[in-house]
Amino acid sequence: MSEQFEPNIVAFLCNWCSYAGADLAGTSRIQYPANIKVIRVMCSGRVNPLFVVNALQQGADGVLISGCHPGDCHYMEGNFYARRRLKLLKELLEYIGVDPRRFNMSWVSASEGHKWKEVVEKAVEDARAAGPFNQFRRRQIGW
Amino acid sequence: MTEKPKVGVYVCHCGINIAATVDVEAVTEYAKGLPNVVIARNYAYMCSDPGQLLIKEDIKEKGLNRVVVASCSPRMHEPTFRKALQEAGLNPYFLEMANIREQCSWVHEDREAATEKAKQLVAAAVSKARLLEPLTSREVDAEPSALVIGAGIAGIQAALDIADAGFKVYLVEKSPSVGGRMAQLDKTFPTLDCSACILTPKMVDAANHPNIELFTYSEVEEVSGYIGNFEVKVRKKARYVDVSKCTGCGACAKECRLAGRIPNEFDEGLGKRGAIYLPFPQAVPAKYTIDPEKCLFLTRGKCGKGPKCVEACPAGAIDFEQEDEIVSFRVGAILVATGFDVFDPTKKPEYGYADYPNVITGLEMERLVSASGPTGGNIVIHNGEEEIVPKDIAFIQCVGSRDKSVGNEYCSRVCCMYTAKQAHLVKDKIPDARVRVYYMDVRAFGKGFEEFYDRVRREGIRYVRGNPSEIFRRGNKLVIKVEDTLTATPLEDEVDLVVLAVGLEPRRDARKIIELLRLSQSPDRFFLEAHPKLRPVDTATDGVYLAGCCQGPKDIPDTVAQAKGAAASALIPLARGKVAIDAQVAEVNEATCRGCGFCVSICPYSAIELVTVNRMGHMVEVARVNEALCKGCGSCSAGCLSDSIQPRSFRDRQILPQIAALGGTR
Repeated sequence: MSEQFEPNIVAFLCNWCSYAGADLAGTSRIQYPANIKVIRVMCSGRVNPLFVVNALQQGADGVLISGCHPGDCHYMEGNFYARRRLKLLKELLEYIGVDPRRFNMSWVSASEGHKWKEVVEKAVEDARAAGPFNQFRRRQIGW
Repeated sequence: MTEKPKVGVYVCHCGINIAATVDVEAVTEYAKGLPNVVIARNYAYMCSDPGQLLIKEDIKEKGLNRVVVASCSPRMHEPTFRKALQEAGLNPYFLEMANIREQCSWVHEDREAATEKAKQLVAAAVSKARLLEPLTSREVDAEPSALVIGAGIAGIQAALDIADAGFKVYLVEKSPSVGGRMAQLDKTFPTLDCSACILTPKMVDAANHPNIELFTYSEVEEVSGYIGNFEVKVRKKARYVDVSKCTGCGACAKECRLAGRIPNEFDEGLGKRGAIYLPFPQAVPAKYTIDPEKCLFLTRGKCGKGPKCVEACPAGAIDFEQEDEIVSFRVGAILVATGFDVFDPTKKPEYGYADYPNVITGLEMERLVSASGPTGGNIVIHNGEEEIVPKDIAFIQCVGSRDKSVGNEYCSRVCCMYTAKQAHLVKDKIPDARVRVYYMDVRAFGKGFEEFYDRVRREGIRYVRGNPSEIFRRGNKLVIKVEDTLTATPLEDEVDLVVLAVGLEPRRDARKIIELLRLSQSPDRFFLEAHPKLRPVDTATDGVYLAGCCQGPKDIPDTVAQAKGAAASALIPLARGKVAIDAQVAEVNEATCRGCGFCVSICPYSAIELVTVNRMGHMVEVARVNEALCKGCGSCSAGCLSDSIQPRSFRDRQILPQIAALGGTR
């Protein structure tokens, strides 16, 4: 039998809540799949929707964005901007034929190490179900 | 233009924390092959002195101009390594960290997968490090004053310390008097000194201190700004009493038509007050307040032929025309000391708190044994039929603490000892009383606690290990159903009075403070400190500090210690008179900015404005960032149509290579 497909997922986490929550998962030794690789940004509002598209172009099978709970943003309203922009992006991606399961957005606070594990597991399962992503693949441009 | 990047990569073993799951040698070898990497090393503890020395020597000898440290979270040691770079003469912002501990070795078991992931994280860090830019943090003046929210023992102590150091303090208290929870207590464990005797002098000190401006019956309404320069708005609620005239004589309260008809919050509802009231006789300030929700004149616009309090007041202090007042001021630091609420025992209906008048909480017991309480310190209760002096008294511990079913997994830290103290006081006041304590474990961890617990047991207080399942009434007695778990015997115990040792919970209106100051909560819902061990009084918001039970349950000595610690932390920016402003702020490329103003409308801090500049003879509008106001969140950048506004260290061109490094794996 063929091996289980291991999707590659790029995550953008805000520094104050979700990145701290992921750190807490570490301190608490909560185990989760290694498919997820995190890029730290100061606020989920920093995530330009094009980062998501770019990640899919660069070989990610799924993208996860996580920020503070609505109302708890360290920068007051950055996560509201993120929510609006990324909701729109998700619909656009779906419209052009990208499986919506490749894109997950969640709210994880600095005290939710367990929730972070659940969010990661869901993102990995979703991307695994969606399969390898090749629609956007372009020649590896390297860095 | 700029030097070619020469990157040094340092992989940390963190003892075995990283090395046990990640093959650090393999990661080091892999790093050596990455573009622009001139050296890659690994070491047992990079954060240690010899570890930092490795980096510093390489910077000097190998001419490194970028450093990547693959170790713990940047939230942990970024400042440490930045300092190391600076000491070696390199710009501290030429550092990038790969988090291979919290987000790799500690969360994955598969060594191969963890090593592969660590390699990618290192590659992403190197890809970004090459493009980092030198930044300089600037300093601005700090306002030499502090705001303290909450005037319980924590807030009072912190305010006194800051004021004694010579700085102005604005002390804001929600209720009409300072004193907080400690003022409600009778004796304090384990020394049995009287709470009021040690607290009231401090209350008076706080009110009279020349450097403290006291706002009682007031709430913080708005906070903006940043460390060193917070703008604060406080709402002084209308007391309907002119405090400059009120002498505290109490003539008004005697005349109030509702006198003795409203449950007094200070006595936990056991005593009664009028609509115009002084919460307790030792209140500071000793000024009366009209309860706007109860006063007949204020709620119905009519109070007999006219409010009697107005006639009674010899000073003419009562003023029904008074309105809320908003006061604004600037402070350099904010200290949060908002305290706790006690657990609501109606959430455990099996204990019958809502049904039986002789099931009371520990805090109600404090008022009952207090000489200033509603019974004058006599332990008298109503058993549903008559007023009695209870002879059989049971204490139940851990009510609302260490109890997943009510969502409180934590230990409240004070209930074991306040129960022991109250048991002692009962024995003292009713010598022939038979007192037992139902407990799960007794935690007597503090200075003098174990000795006190021992003393109480020798006084004839019986400790029974068991968690009661039910309390019900039989005749004029209460029956406690419980199993003595040490002898595995089911018991039915008939008593006259049950005291529930209720635990401590976060304030029910904690949400307001969270939204005001952008604080976080820990899983127990108390306010979250910046680091559980090394920064226990700081928060994620610079310039905001925590003291007392708002951060977690504590006894009085711990609260005072933390308040003094928080005061010392708050004094750092005040005493220095300057604060460093984060250099990682947004920057506008004026050559490409089209002046649309999207970023201006996005910025939550109003840090961006449109200015007119001369672009090759044409006057055009472009965005400009006020670096003192910008916090570097980057929301503007994601909204910019021409990618012209970018947060430093998190520019598109610094993030996109990270994406490429993490994405391009197949």
